Formats: sequence, C-alpha cells, structure tokens
Amino acid sequence: MSEETDRALVDRAATGDREAFATLIERHYELIYRVGARVLGNDEAAADLAQDVCIGLAARLPSYRGESRFATWLYRVVVNAARDRLRRDGAQRRNEAAFAEVDAMTRAEQAAIDAEALWLRQMLGGLADDLRTTVVLVLQEGLRHAEAAEVLGISESTVSWRMHEARKRLRALAADEDVEP
Amino acid sequence: MSDELERLEAALRANPPQPLPEARERATAAALTAFDEQRQGIGDRQRQTGRVALIATSWLRRFAMWLSRPYPALAGLAALLIVAAIVSHQTFVVRDPLAPPPPASPGPAVEVETASVEAPPEPLVVASEEAMIEKALRERAARSLSADAPLEVAAVEHAEVVAEAVPLAASAPPEAGDVPSLGYRDQGRDRFTPFDPNPVKVAAEEPVSTFSIDVDTASYAFMRASLNRGVLPQPDAVRVEELINYFPYDYAPPESRARPFAVHVALMPTPWNDATSLMHIGIKGYTLAPAARPPANLVFLVDTSGSMDAPDKLPLLINSLRLLLDTLAPEDTVAIVAYAGTAGTVLEPTPVAEQGAIAAALETLRAGGSTAGAEGVRQAYLLAERQFVEDGVNRVILATDGDFNVGITDPDELEGYIARKRASGVFLSVLGFGMGNYNDALMQRLAQNGNGNASYIDTLSEARKVLVEEATSTLFPIAKDVKIQVEFNPALVSEYRLIGYETRMLAREDFRNDKVDAGEIGAGHAVTALYEITPVGSGAERIAPLRYGEEEAVSGDGRADEFATVAIRYKLPDAETSTEFARHVTEADSVARAARASEEARFAAAVAAFGQLLRGGRYTEDYSYDDVITAAQAARGEDPFGYRAEFLSLVRLAKSAAALEPLRQ
Repeated sequence: MSEETDRALVDRAATGDREAFATLIERHYELIYRVGARVLGNDEAAADLAQDVCIGLAARLPSYRGESRFATWLYRVVVNAARDRLRRDGAQRRNEAAFAEVDAMTRAEQAAIDAEALWLRQMLGGLADDLRTTVVLVLQEGLRHAEAAEVLGISESTVSWRMHEARKRLRALAADEDVEP
Repeated sequence: MSDELERLEAALRANPPQPLPEARERATAAALTAFDEQRQGIGDRQRQTGRVALIATSWLRRFAMWLSRPYPALAGLAALLIVAAIVSHQTFVVRDPLAPPPPASPGPAVEVETASVEAPPEPLVVASEEAMIEKALRERAARSLSADAPLEVAAVEHAEVVAEAVPLAASAPPEAGDVPSLGYRDQGRDRFTPFDPNPVKVAAEEPVSTFSIDVDTASYAFMRASLNRGVLPQPDAVRVEELINYFPYDYAPPESRARPFAVHVALMPTPWNDATSLMHIGIKGYTLAPAARPPANLVFLVDTSGSMDAPDKLPLLINSLRLLLDTLAPEDTVAIVAYAGTAGTVLEPTPVAEQGAIAAALETLRAGGSTAGAEGVRQAYLLAERQFVEDGVNRVILATDGDFNVGITDPDELEGYIARKRASGVFLSVLGFGMGNYNDALMQRLAQNGNGNASYIDTLSEARKVLVEEATSTLFPIAKDVKIQVEFNPALVSEYRLIGYETRMLAREDFRNDKVDAGEIGAGHAVTALYEITPVGSGAERIAPLRYGEEEAVSGDGRADEFATVAIRYKLPDAETSTEFARHVTEADSVARAARASEEARFAAAVAAFGQLLRGGRYTEDYSYDDVITAAQAARGEDPFGYRAEFLSLVRLAKSAAALEPLRQ
C-alpha cells in the first residue's frame, strides 16, 4: 500500500507532526461522524460530537499504543463519547422527543420519497442505546463480534446476545408497523 | 419475510450519514488548534513555564486567599512552594473516562494510563511541569468528551500529602466560597472586539465629542473572574466605562419626573496627572417605587447547549433566574425558551404567582447538543410579542456563553434580526456566563442592537447584584437612545480625552439623528463618564501646536467662563422622538483639590485609573496599582453591598497578577 498506515501517522503526530495529525483527522472524520450520527440519531449532535472527539484526539493520541487496529481504538473513543452524551442528555432528549416528532412531520414529503430511510430511523430509534450501538458497529461498520466486543469492552458472547436481542426487538417493531401500514 | 437484521444492514449501508463540509472543516480546524496548543505545551520549555504559571496561579490564588488576605503576595509565594512540592513528589494514576468501564474480561491496554514523575527537589517549578501539563491537558481533553465522568486522580505515593493538601485547597473560601470553582476551563478562546483607547483631541480642531451611554457591566465581572484566577484580563476585555459603571453611585436623583434623569458635572484635578483636570459627568435616573412598576412580560431564552455544561454556566444560570423570580410581582409573566440543537418552549407565559410551575420548568433544563441560538432568539421574540403588555416591560433575557454554532451563525444576520425586533418594543437583556469560550463580542453587539444591557455573571453574588439589587434598573427602562454630546470651549480647554466608551462613540451628526440607536437607562441607574481635559496654559498638552496654524479665534462674548457644554438627548421608552437639554460647565463646578471632590467622583476616578492601567496605562503616567488602592480606599463611602471593598481586593490581585506576568511570557 502506498498510503501511510495509521500507525505510522500516529507515531509522526506524537512527535508533533501537524500534517500527520491533519491526515488522520481527514481520513477518519467520516467514520467518527457516521457512527455518532447513527448512535445519537441526530445530525447536529453528531457533528458536535465529532468535533469534540477530534479536539480530544490531539491530547489522546499518545495513549494509542498500537495494540489494536487504530480504527478499533477510534471506535472505542467515539462509542464512549457517544454513550456519555446519551447519558448526559437523557432528560434533555425526552424533552426534545416532541420536537423530533414535529420535525419528522414537516419532512413527511421527503420521508415518503425515502421510506426506507424513515423505516431505518424508526428501527434505530426503537432500539435501546446499547443494542443500537452494537448493531451500528456490527452491521454498518462490519466489525466482527470479537472486534465489537473489544470496542465495547464486553465479551464476545455478550455481543452475540445483543445481536440476538436486536433481531427480536426489530421483529416486534416490524409487527407493530404492519398493524398500521 | 427476510431477516430483519439483513434488511437493517442493507439500510444502514445504503445511505451512510454524510457530514456537512462546514462541520468537517470546523472540527478539523478545532482539532488542529488543540493539537498546536498541546504541541506548544510539550515542545517548548519556555512555553511550559507559561502554562504552568497559568495552572499554578489558579491554585495559588486559593492558597493565597486562604492563608492570609492582607499579604497576598507573600501567601502566594508560600502557596507556590507548597504546590510545587506536592506535585514534584507525586505519581498520578489517571483513570481515563474515555476508556470503557473495567471490563469483565482483561481490558485493553489504553484503559489505565500512568504518568510518573520522578523529580529532583530543585528547581521546583520546572520539575513539576510535565506532570501538571500532562494532567491539565488530559483533563481538558477528557472533559471535552465526557463532562460527567470526572477524572479520578489517585496519588499512590505520599498519599497523605495530597489528602491533606487537596481539601485544603478546595475548602479555601475567600468570601463564603464565592470565587468560581476551579474546574475545567477552555482557555484562550474568549472573543473580544479589539479597540484602541480614545485618543487625545485638540479642542480647537475638534471641539465636539459624542457618545452613547453604556450601562453594561459585563466587562467588570469578566475582569473579576480573570483576576480571581490570578491572570490579568486581556486588554480588549477591559472596557473602562463598564468598570466605572459597575458601581452604584449616590448621585442625587432628578427633582421631578418631568425629566427622567438628573445630570451632575464636576471638575477636579486628575489623580494621575497634576497638570490636567477630570471632568466628571454623572447621570442618575429616577427610582421606581415597587408599586409604581409597570407590569413585566419576560421571556427567558436559555442556552442549554453542550458548552453550557460547566458549574459556572447552566447551574449558575438556573439559580440566577430563581433569584430574579423573587423580585417580580405575582402578576408579571415569565416564559422559558431553551435552545440547544433544537429550540423549544419549555414554559409558556406563566404568571409569577405560579412559582411551582416555573421552578419545575427550570429543573428540566439540561445541557447537551449544539447551539441553535438564532432559532431560539426567534422563538423568544415570538413569545414576547404574543404576550405583549401595553405600557409594560416586554423583555427577552438571553442567557448564554455566546457560542452559537448552528443555524444563523453570522453575527451580522442575527444582529440585523434583533435590530428589526427592537421596533416591536421588545427589549433585550444579555446575561453572559462562563469563561474560556465566551463570545463577548457577539453579546455586546446583540445587547446594543436590541435596546438592552449586557451583564456577565461569574458568581451568584453577581447574579444577585444584577437581578435582585438592580432588578429595577436592569428590567425597567426609563429612557432609551441616550446620547451625550460635549462641546469644549477652546479658550479654556486645549485638549481633551474621553476615558472609555471606545465602543460607543458616535459621529457628531448622529447626535440629533433619532434613527441612530444608543444606550438605555433603567430606573435608578447611575451612569458616569469622565473626560481628562488639559486647561489652556497648563503646559501639559500632549499635542504640539501647529507651527503654521493660526491662533484660535475664540469668541469671548459672555461665554468665556464656560469650560464646556454637556448636551444630553434621549427618548422616553415608548417615544419615537427625542428630547434634548444642556448644561454648561463653569468655574463654579470646579474644585481645586481632589480631596474636595465628592466621594463618588473620586471613586469613579480611581476605577478609571485602574481600567486604564489594565489596558496598558498609555495616559496614566507613573500612577500605580498602589495609588489606585489609596485613592479608592479614601473614597469607599458607605458601600452597603461591599462592591467597593471587593474592588480593592481586585486591585491587589491585579498587582500580584502583574508581578507574575513575566513568568508567563
């Protein structure tokens, strides 16, 4: 591969190489945003989260010691930051749930065009935070269960169990949906 | 029916969320700034000393306050040694809140990070740098990601030293613990509009000086918060007129309500320059008896974005608003709009009598998300207009750190919106919170354009001052678009200089132009302005006379004894046209010795000197902080709320902060 590895970039950034750091951010910003957007379910919050994570990376980078893939490490940072935010915003989000609904209605037209996106929103919204995070890592990001386990700091069997739970929950949601098409 | 997970997987992958390019750029820029800051911290020895001084001084402050108030410099020195000694013998184990909680299976290696510092006893400060910097940076990064998971710092060696020292520092209440807590702070991202001090003008060339009054006090509180951390405020954060106007002055109120305020003018020797005089202009609005207060319709617009999640922001804000409720009449109405990623009405207009409902609504405010400030502003004005009280006070109270980052982020656009809304009769007050990321520039512009005032709330006692003790003047305007125009008589005055008001200057022709917006005066408000004037023949002129200029032709037709004429123009709160009146300043207004001037004028002069010193002291000759202390001490007066006493301790803090300043270079 002609592209420099993440590992090498981290090493260079650790010695104060600004360009290496910029390259890392450039390369991974989308991953950070993408995961945050799905887990938080809100584009603005995701942009905010991604910015916080990027700022935090400046100080945190030295703690990456190359014992796992850089992406795995980064997933962990993002997932933890997202989890903190969800916890912190718990009450706030309940307040905002009402707005989200109004929001969804005003976008009804767009939603009709993209029924699949609406469905996805509903499904993700119907999953508990833990399940949703796991689903995003495994299905969207394509992590193996073992890798997802490492990111989440849980055992591999817990990941498998969560995926199973998610399937059950989705089936239940789908059933609800079928009642009123 | 296909498997749900497969369908979900397909949907997840079909349309990956796309970040907006602006958001991406912003994040990249912010990350690089953080990276640069950190690199400076690690890379450069000199810089390190600076950062340490910064961190150390905030600790030092608390020790100094605790150890002994009368001798802060001495106590500070002792505290510095203690801090350095503690840190140099420490090994910190920092539990990183970003890492997952302790897992059942063996965890990843990044979970626990250890920074050990084995330091020789000398030199103390240098030896402790690495640990402190690393800890500070780590804390900062960690806090920015995870505000509710505080770092757990455990000292594994000499634990008893820390166990003793930390509570000592934490429980060092200078004055009932009212110094903002030493928590996480963004540093160096406070935004102020830069400006130069008003220059010296030659009276013969430019005899007229015009400005808008300024009743904001934000600059004073910001300066105090900064000094309480042991750091001199940045010069552009110091607006001298706001420092002067922070204090209540006991000027005589107007004799009748026919004219909403009284004007007092006095001439006294300048404290920092024997050859010049100070012209002191004091304006006092009439006071409203509580029964005579008009009904109020207030809309609190509360910023609940993620950046407000700090002890000196949202929690302080909520407590401040509770204080305000107590000052309102039961039939006044209050509404609350919160804005973060989305803006929403938390409380519909509710009579103050329903305390329970309002308190419950305040309880629900939580910080999180980005800041759609503009949308919130729109909703708040909408509510205020819906509930509009004729003959009453209709006011939006915006409480924020000013970090608007979603929606309209262009200050011009927002400012334009607020300026248009001004015509609807809704006034705006801005309460600023937090330090490190405070957007003073925007706050000022919004308040100035929204017929309002801006205050900076750093402590609960400041909230009490603004919202309880000065509630009537903060909330109930008695005159708006108040402008002052001073014309100097070149026969007696050769040069003059307005102290402060740099951001409030108006063109000469704007004085009589009623379309030009200016400041408001609230009930009972006192506003002070000071000119330093150089009398003709004093020899203290700063500008050399022109070689080819003519001797100024001065008319001596019976006005020869007038130094100047002070003209004031204002509108009543609901009026569209202005009223104007003038007062001539003569020898009769002059006192020969400073000691004969009123206490109020002398105190204002001391504050003016202090503000100018903080800005670099271009015109204050060799006047020192000690001189400010002596002068202010002698003019303390009754000082029922202790504001002037606090001022004295701030001057002392500035003195020690200035002494530490070379360390930070």
